[in-house]
Amino acid sequence: MTSSPLARLGEQTTDLLSTIGSLATLDALIEAEPSLTGKRSLLSTLQKSLGSLEPDDRRAAGAQLQAARRVVEEALSARRSELERAARVLQLESDRLDLGDVVDSAVVHALSVGHPGLIATTQSQLEDVFVGMGFTVADGPEVESDWYNFEALNIPPAHPARGMWDTFYVDLGEPETVVLRTHTSPTQIHLMEEAVARNSLPIHSVMPGRCYRRDTPDASHLYSFHQIEGLVVDRGITFADLAGVIETFTRAYFGSDITSRLRPAYFPFTEPSAEFEVTCTLCRGGGCRTCSFTGWLELGGSGMLDPAVLEAVGIDGEEWSGFAFGFGIDRCAQMRHQLTDMRALIENDTRFLEQMS
Amino acid sequence: MRIALSWLREFVELSESVDELTTILDDLGLVVEGVEVVGEGLDDVVVARIDDIRAITGADRVRLVTVDAGHGPLDIVCGATNFEVGNYVPLAPVGAVLPGGFTIAERTMRGVTSHGMLCSSRELRLSDDHEGLMILDSLVSPRVGEGLLSALAITPDTVFDISVEGNRPDAWSVEGVARDLATRLERPLKRAALATTSSTTTTASFGAAAIDAPDLCGRLTVSVFRNVTVAPSPSWVAQRLMNAGMRPISNVVDASNYVMLELGQPTGLYDAALVAKHTLRARRARSAETLTTLDGVTRELARAGRGLGDTGEDCVIVDGDDQILGLAGIMGGASSEISPATTDVLLEAAYFDPMTIARSSKRHALRSEASNRFERGVDPQLALRAAARYAEVLGASVPELEWLSEPLDVLGELPLPPTITVREEDVQRLLGVEIPGGDITSLLRGLEFEVSEALEGFTVTAPTRRLDIREGIAGRADVIEEIARLYGYGRIARRTPSWPEFGALSERQTFRRHVRDVVVDLGAIEAWTPSLGSDADFDLLHPGQARVRITNPFSAEESVLRATMITGLVRAWSKNVERGVGDVILAEFGVVFQHPSLVSEPRRARGGAGGTLMLELPSENERLTVVFGRVDDDATSAVAAWRVLSRRLGLDDVVVRTTNEAPPGLHPTRAAALVDRASGALLGYVGEIDGDVVRAIMSGPPPRRVGLLDLDLDALGDPAKATRAPEALRVPSRYPSAIIDLAFVTPREVNAGDLAHALKGVGDLVESISLFDVYEGPPLDEGTRSLAYTVRLSSNERTLGDDEISRSRKELISMAASLGATLR
Ligand SMILES: [Zn+2]
Repeated sequence: MTSSPLARLGEQTTDLLSTIGSLATLDALIEAEPSLTGKRSLLSTLQKSLGSLEPDDRRAAGAQLQAARRVVEEALSARRSELERAARVLQLESDRLDLGDVVDSAVVHALSVGHPGLIATTQSQLEDVFVGMGFTVADGPEVESDWYNFEALNIPPAHPARGMWDTFYVDLGEPETVVLRTHTSPTQIHLMEEAVARNSLPIHSVMPGRCYRRDTPDASHLYSFHQIEGLVVDRGITFADLAGVIETFTRAYFGSDITSRLRPAYFPFTEPSAEFEVTCTLCRGGGCRTCSFTGWLELGGSGMLDPAVLEAVGIDGEEWSGFAFGFGIDRCAQMRHQLTDMRALIENDTRFLEQMS
Repeated sequence: MRIALSWLREFVELSESVDELTTILDDLGLVVEGVEVVGEGLDDVVVARIDDIRAITGADRVRLVTVDAGHGPLDIVCGATNFEVGNYVPLAPVGAVLPGGFTIAERTMRGVTSHGMLCSSRELRLSDDHEGLMILDSLVSPRVGEGLLSALAITPDTVFDISVEGNRPDAWSVEGVARDLATRLERPLKRAALATTSSTTTTASFGAAAIDAPDLCGRLTVSVFRNVTVAPSPSWVAQRLMNAGMRPISNVVDASNYVMLELGQPTGLYDAALVAKHTLRARRARSAETLTTLDGVTRELARAGRGLGDTGEDCVIVDGDDQILGLAGIMGGASSEISPATTDVLLEAAYFDPMTIARSSKRHALRSEASNRFERGVDPQLALRAAARYAEVLGASVPELEWLSEPLDVLGELPLPPTITVREEDVQRLLGVEIPGGDITSLLRGLEFEVSEALEGFTVTAPTRRLDIREGIAGRADVIEEIARLYGYGRIARRTPSWPEFGALSERQTFRRHVRDVVVDLGAIEAWTPSLGSDADFDLLHPGQARVRITNPFSAEESVLRATMITGLVRAWSKNVERGVGDVILAEFGVVFQHPSLVSEPRRARGGAGGTLMLELPSENERLTVVFGRVDDDATSAVAAWRVLSRRLGLDDVVVRTTNEAPPGLHPTRAAALVDRASGALLGYVGEIDGDVVRAIMSGPPPRRVGLLDLDLDALGDPAKATRAPEALRVPSRYPSAIIDLAFVTPREVNAGDLAHALKGVGDLVESISLFDVYEGPPLDEGTRSLAYTVRLSSNERTLGDDEISRSRKELISMAASLGATLR
């Protein structure tokens, strides 16, 4: 009986481990790796020598060798992390900078041209038009409860109208009670609740902000988008006022040759409700592909506040009346800049962003 | 909803052009999304029979089909697969011109020549159906070689594609659209012909009907038809279904669909022979019951759903042995389906509770033409009229049809039509226009509202089909909307309101705009990165931390709300680096989110059905994150930018304080907290992005250092946290300032800003202090560095004398000494 090729395996493993332990740098480790676990390493040579054994012996020896290899590989990987950690500590130490010591005049950099975002610019322009018309501007949260996003807006649970919005639900609370707001309308509810609590009616506000819909992104839709919502609650407000405000806005923002029209529609939170359309900004009403040769482009929704909404926030509908409207900020930007693919807005390609001024 | 003009004309006389009608329908809120002319340009298309189907070598998407169109065998290459030998299909032979101007020519592919084209009904513009070829077997007598138009008995027609709003189920039918048109045009609405029962046998002697769940099923009517022959529909029925986008199946089924399209009442059909005791009963499904619907799926019933407040209620139709036949109002089961052998038919026309149908249909992810209508609300009084219309339509193809007398009509709980008082001044108050009382009554009566004049105004009772009209003050708004709609929104004169309150941005918005302007001035490009990211993205900076997760994301890549904008901005930057346009500063204004469990006092809001729950919501923090990714940028460019920003925002004194507890994402030894000196509030961080983070995002070594400014706009926008410099302006002294430079060997731990602040506090004569040089290294001791300041001294009263300057200098030195700094 010949002596087993693995007779000295224990000793050899200890040697390998001590070699690994003595590797002082990452570079040294990377250099040593092939000789420790590679094809020409001792372990691989031993592996080849097993071929001469009887099958039963070979199986046992193979397992033994496998175990030794595992020990060596683990030690190597532990050493690697150790050295990496040490290298990082060293790197961080040599990087150390007290930022309180930065001397402004010593920071020299060539001039760079900055560019505001298209949506922010558009939003500011829209806000300015409404401020000029006597509106204040309010913000609201992006995550809302279903009460604010739906029920207070006269859309009770399981109401088929909830299907009008493809909603992202947030994994908090009872199922479907927390949502990414699908429109800026919940901010209306917040404003009305505050005004009631502070006894500070009337309200004339617009509410811009980011909204979310579970829509497949394409050239004209992103899953997140921006809306601006308007709300007026005052004495003696009528549908004629709504139509007037929309017309004034349309001319102020799009130009005096652009006009608006209202068309019956359905929104659970307004009654009567109206879709509003503006003269196609591309063909100026003459008819083109963009407006399907109608001369009109659909912009947003509007209507007189539904009595159920006023009731939900505790406003007396016999004394106060009002209207709301809402439309897409992104859509306005798209119309004004003839943006053919909305996805460019979130791709953040410098070459695209540099065009904003 | 697709409706043919000829069908509308059966209900109201219409002499208007298609364009005029489109305008009127739009103005009524019945938006026309498209107009199509059907049955034109089909003169060349003929009926052909499939005689053989063979594979083509090397082609797996098309097959070679041999057809007979009256002139011997023709080989045609065809991509559809929905037919077999013996079927009749439309053939456009070589030379034919299809609607839209497409000319058929001989084509050769893979060595096979195709002599024409077999068509789908969409290719022929006969319907929307494009799932394979149009199969003509259901024609009364398909004849090879006959022109398609005469085979189908098609006459050219115009089809309107009308979008009906969710609150107008009453308009979701030919009759409903016609009623709006008739009212607007002040013309009479004609009625569809109805059959009467044709048998002396009573329905009750043949079968039975019952309602066990009166809250779910408000009405169940059952009619029995005997002597039925199942056959293809007459062409006028088939054509109208095709125009509407439905596939004709057989006369018995088609008549049901015809009535649904025409009147808005969905009906259920059962082969009476397969229904135990000829009995239909509506009841609640019990838990653990199952049903295999017509689509072949086995569904577990009465199981609570994930939907808000969904208790799992299902209404089912069962037979006399309590076997479930179908999911009421949504879809039938396979067990009692109409087959060619059917001779006796049970027709169910019912009213189901809209909310129950909506919940069931959502829970089982099962939508049908019927469920879409029931969940919006079908006229509770329509059932028997629909049955009579069914009898009339089916009778056209089954002359010997027997309709048993006294159809069964069982009532459950039905909604009562509301009665509302509306005064002329209510109309004026809401619409801002005076509409004469006579006009109001005639508009409402056109829609079949009952209107009577009472002392306090009009008493209006809605027709039963108007389930959208509510009680009381809300109902008043509903009625006025109808008045406005029929009167015409365009006729309401516009008025621009004004009010004494002034318009303005909030302080926060003004501030945000100011910040944006400065950041752009500093050379930053504003980016918009995703609010939703992957778990891996989240774990990059916040491993294992609680996160705000989306329950129903589109993909795992967009399933978690971001807790930082750093990841998104670095990714955007690195993509620009790859594009070769990465020599930029990117900035984003946006909201980041934190799980409520990580916040000591989470935001709360009412929610749940009725708003009865108090929910904890994620906290939202508006931030400005700026990534300095230009060549040569690093932490110092970020600090310099911050200093400019801080001064342009008029902040009084914010210390750039080196921190050993930099938040994740920041380079641990190149980070500083921005701390308001007066309030102690943390306003953000400045520094460099951790190279390991950049490496992970770029999947490779970072090309260079990247500076970072990450500001909390909620804190920065709050003057209580970010102390503003006084608004009162100082007029500089008219006397010359003395300028002295002082360099202090300062212990590492002493912040340069703190030292400057201390020096500033020495006395009124100190006009300003600014750091101009920092030196570290020999011969200075380890753990110290030299900070050199320029100090301006001045007085408003006099030119400072040497003694005053030297006294001040001593005071400055001793102040520095109190912080451990010694004059160099
Ligand atoms: Zn146009």
